[in-house]
Amino acid sequence: MDRPLLLRATELKRQLGDRLLWSQLDLELAAGERLGLVAPSGAGKTLLLRALAMLDPLQDGTISLQGRTPTSWGLPRWRSMVLYLSQGPVAHGGTVEANLRSPWTFQELRGRGGWRRERIKEWLAALGRDPSFLAYDAERLSGGELQLMALLRALQFDPTVLLLDEPTASLDGATSAALETLLIEWLAAGQRAAMFTSHDSEQIQRFATRTLELRP
Amino acid sequence: MTPLSSGALTISDGRLALSALLILVNVGLSVALRLGLARSLLVASLRMVVQLLLVGYVLEWLFRQDNAPLIVLVGAAMAMIAGVSAVQRTRRRFVGIYLNSLLAVMASSALVTGLAVTGLIQPQPWYDPQYLIPLLGMVLGNTLNGISLGLDRFMEGLRTGRDRVETALALGATRWEACQEVVRDAIRVAMIPTINSMMVMGLVSLPGMMTGQILQGAAPEAAVRYQIVILFMIASATALGVFGVVGLAYRRLTSADHQLRLDRLLNVGG
Repeated sequence: MDRPLLLRATELKRQLGDRLLWSQLDLELAAGERLGLVAPSGAGKTLLLRALAMLDPLQDGTISLQGRTPTSWGLPRWRSMVLYLSQGPVAHGGTVEANLRSPWTFQELRGRGGWRRERIKEWLAALGRDPSFLAYDAERLSGGELQLMALLRALQFDPTVLLLDEPTASLDGATSAALETLLIEWLAAGQRAAMFTSHDSEQIQRFATRTLELRP
Repeated sequence: MTPLSSGALTISDGRLALSALLILVNVGLSVALRLGLARSLLVASLRMVVQLLLVGYVLEWLFRQDNAPLIVLVGAAMAMIAGVSAVQRTRRRFVGIYLNSLLAVMASSALVTGLAVTGLIQPQPWYDPQYLIPLLGMVLGNTLNGISLGLDRFMEGLRTGRDRVETALALGATRWEACQEVVRDAIRVAMIPTINSMMVMGLVSLPGMMTGQILQGAAPEAAVRYQIVILFMIASATALGVFGVVGLAYRRLTSADHQLRLDRLLNVGG
């Protein structure tokens, strides 16, 4: 097999109060895959992505990346490799560039080559944005611009698995298409995979290589 | 032990009752402007009078004691009340919040008051209640405010800043890297009243203890010296208490797996 297995989850379970969202959930993600997560609202798509990023305590089951558990990787490293992009991205004060640079100061990310402006500019061009975008005040970005910023902030760390929660919800059609192309290219450049949710069924058909349906 | 000297004019029962009329100003305002405070004002006034009169008797008795364990026990009881009251003013709770508050209040006030009576003021013996109890009381009263403010601000800060904290975590931040801004902000806010009061001390406010000593006939210069020591005690105890309680709350509301555990936060009705 030329497509190594990256992420594996077995027997995951999630219960909210006495409401069982999902249980006995097994999942495998191999390099190059783009897994679309399909489920009605409130079925726990976001919670599944958060669980894989270990942002919530696991109620049941196991997760591993390249055969190693989150604890054995160390949680900060795990999250930088299984990177979750939330539906509601946030920025702190300052320019877009300052927002893209600040995570590089985290202990976990410090030693990884650091900020690469040229690379970000290429991505911006691919998304039809001018490099001046970097100088914008991040707190005054539109919802769509915030999503782009959050995507670039995540991509620059080259995670092994990218977990995208409604990544194009606030984007126009043309930018959404450009973002999909950019992601496909980025995924092809290494042993990487992505998992995403979308309420746009056409996007799922177009972008996903495989889908996973969540049922209680 | 030293007998209590009384240098100031005594206030007779009749005049004491007359002073209660001053509260009618507040009640009148509340009624006129419909602030809905009349009831709480009256209850608070009544509580204040009863508590103080009782404390007067308790102190008379306490100041005659010469029993270190007993006096330390009274001090510990005061610290417990302060620790519990500090939590009661917060808008949210988590399991263990009372224990955290008690630990922070007791450790900070014991350390600072202990150092002050053994090293700075040096009454003989060190547990002389006429010194220990009022000093401890003032330290506790201020630490309590700091802890309330710090806890409340920290919990609200995590709640409102949740997305920001989790964004940092999702990118690979440790729990400390993700939360440090909220922690700092809570400690800063909790220290503001103490810093403000030191800034204007003597210019705007004449502190109660100093006023009391001066009314009792103490030389203002001597009273001022006490006040300076007290303010330094208050500032350091508040800082230690706030640091302790926010640190404990931080450990409780995050996990060793670098997760934000807001699910441990409970709402308080009202």
